[in-house]
Amino acid sequence: MITFLGVPIQALFSQLLVGLINGSFYALLSLGLAIIFGLLNVINFCHGAMYMLGALLAWLMLEHLGIGYWPALIISPMMVGLFGMVIERTMIKRIAGLDPLYGLLLTFGLALIIQGVARNYFGVSGEPYEIPPQLTGGKNLGFMFLPNYRAWVVLVSVLICALTWFVTERTRLGSYLRAATENPLLVQAFGINVPQLITVTYGLGVGLAALAGVMAAPIYRVNPLMGADLIIVVFAVVVIGGMGSILGSIVTGFGLGVVEGLTKVYYPEASNTVVFVIMAIVLLVKPAGLFGRTT
Amino acid sequence: MTAHGATGGETSAAIRDRVLARNEMRSLRIPMAIMIALALGAPFVVYPVFLMKMLCWALFACAFNLLIGYVGLLSFGHALFFGGAGYLAAHAAKVWGLPFELAVLTGTATAALLGLAVGWLAIRRQGIYFAMITLALAQMFYFFCLRAPFTGGEDGIQAVPRGKLLGLLSLESDLTMYFVVLAIFLFGFFFIFRVVHSPFGQVLKAVRENEPRAVSLGYKSDQYKLIAFVLSAALAGLAGGTKSIVFHLASLTDVHWGTSGEVILMVLLGGLGTVFGPIVGALVIVCVESYLAQLGGWVTVVQGALFVVCVLSFRRGIIGELSRVLHRPL
Repeated sequence: MITFLGVPIQALFSQLLVGLINGSFYALLSLGLAIIFGLLNVINFCHGAMYMLGALLAWLMLEHLGIGYWPALIISPMMVGLFGMVIERTMIKRIAGLDPLYGLLLTFGLALIIQGVARNYFGVSGEPYEIPPQLTGGKNLGFMFLPNYRAWVVLVSVLICALTWFVTERTRLGSYLRAATENPLLVQAFGINVPQLITVTYGLGVGLAALAGVMAAPIYRVNPLMGADLIIVVFAVVVIGGMGSILGSIVTGFGLGVVEGLTKVYYPEASNTVVFVIMAIVLLVKPAGLFGRTT
Repeated sequence: MTAHGATGGETSAAIRDRVLARNEMRSLRIPMAIMIALALGAPFVVYPVFLMKMLCWALFACAFNLLIGYVGLLSFGHALFFGGAGYLAAHAAKVWGLPFELAVLTGTATAALLGLAVGWLAIRRQGIYFAMITLALAQMFYFFCLRAPFTGGEDGIQAVPRGKLLGLLSLESDLTMYFVVLAIFLFGFFFIFRVVHSPFGQVLKAVRENEPRAVSLGYKSDQYKLIAFVLSAALAGLAGGTKSIVFHLASLTDVHWGTSGEVILMVLLGGLGTVFGPIVGALVIVCVESYLAQLGGWVTVVQGALFVVCVLSFRRGIIGELSRVLHRPL
């Protein structure tokens, strides 16, 4: 058997794949957080709850309405996005201009509510979600076995990240978005409806989280607390990458996922904490974050 | 702590501030007397163990308020100090066989050291990042406690002996224990009060109001923040260490992010930056939780709803609103 630094190469590659999958979710979630923070100046603590909600909706649709994975991939993020827009319009909007800490506390409260309600109705044990028939099985690449579904998740995540980057950097909507991040008042003076832009942005951000949730459903069990611990890791990812750049969020997300996967191979005890350790090191060496502009 | 910006004699503004501070202290005498009287009489009416729970949480909330209310730093990881000190105090009392006061001191010192490490890292970033960093470091500590051999993992450290105070006074009686906890609480409360109303506390407020300006006046704001952070962590540790010995138990719940959220809610509900707010907030939340305990999972939903209501339309908190109505600081 071929080994690499004392580890069978198959184990190494399969953990790398797990790392890439986790990295996909880190990237999608930190991307949404960064976009929302840019425009609303709010750290969306209920991002993890929205991710969970995406997965839960997909499971509910399959269980009660017979709606499968493919429609759920579209419907679930849209519903969560709409839900997010309602929350933005009714609550988050009202604390605009206050200390951003209030935004964190408000969305933390929302996360507690959403997760609490879900836990009361679905328990904490979680429900399995079948991999769609088109994506079952896998390929033997010689050096490792590549499950089709996992390859699909990584592929789609990369595409979505690229699409988000394209929309923000190369389209008219994106230019409004970036301009409003810099100076909302001036953008409004040019006749652009900034409050509407903010609502749509929030909806898109949490929609991305829900999409990640639907994709995660067949890999992890659908569990009301699946987003609660994830969001803390994503916060660390955001601190490491800095929220200044879209590309930075994507690179940091995937990179840390891979590092975490490698840690699982070489030093499993630290796999839960390695991201936080890296965060501490980055704070020591480069306090503004790897891609951050200002503190 | 003598780093006064004024040159030579006191300016009229400084004198005015001192008079105001003295008036504030004077106007707080009556509510303080009421608080102490209530605390002394309460164990003869209410179950002392329940009251001790309230006192530990109230001290924790006061320690947290020192940071958020007077320095404007939102730590989302204070469970680290509360629960960490709880583990160390329990370990010291059970395994090392230290007496009560030394066990609690061990916990407090541990919390102070942890506070130094976390604060040193976290004050490198400001505002919202500070909250995320403290949360992440506390989560790291949670995973450490889950794995470390001495914490007992999911079981925690159980059957921690209360021991004897100074080797003389047995603390197995709940009433005796209550008065010891009350003394600890009052020590912490007046210590914080003293810190906040000292020249050092004035600088902390200046940093909260306008950090660049405080820096331009020659105050090293990072040092002030770090000292405040360590003080807050140590006092949170004092509360956590006491709690674990009173309840014979140190567990993972106390280092979980839920505990950090709970203490934030107490201070927010009671009133950020008020003297009595954290105490009232802690009493209300502990009561709400014990009455809703039979509702099981709905407690989290109620907590979340309280957060939302407080942030949206009750930002002054109970004591903040009361002090506005009465036109006096509380």
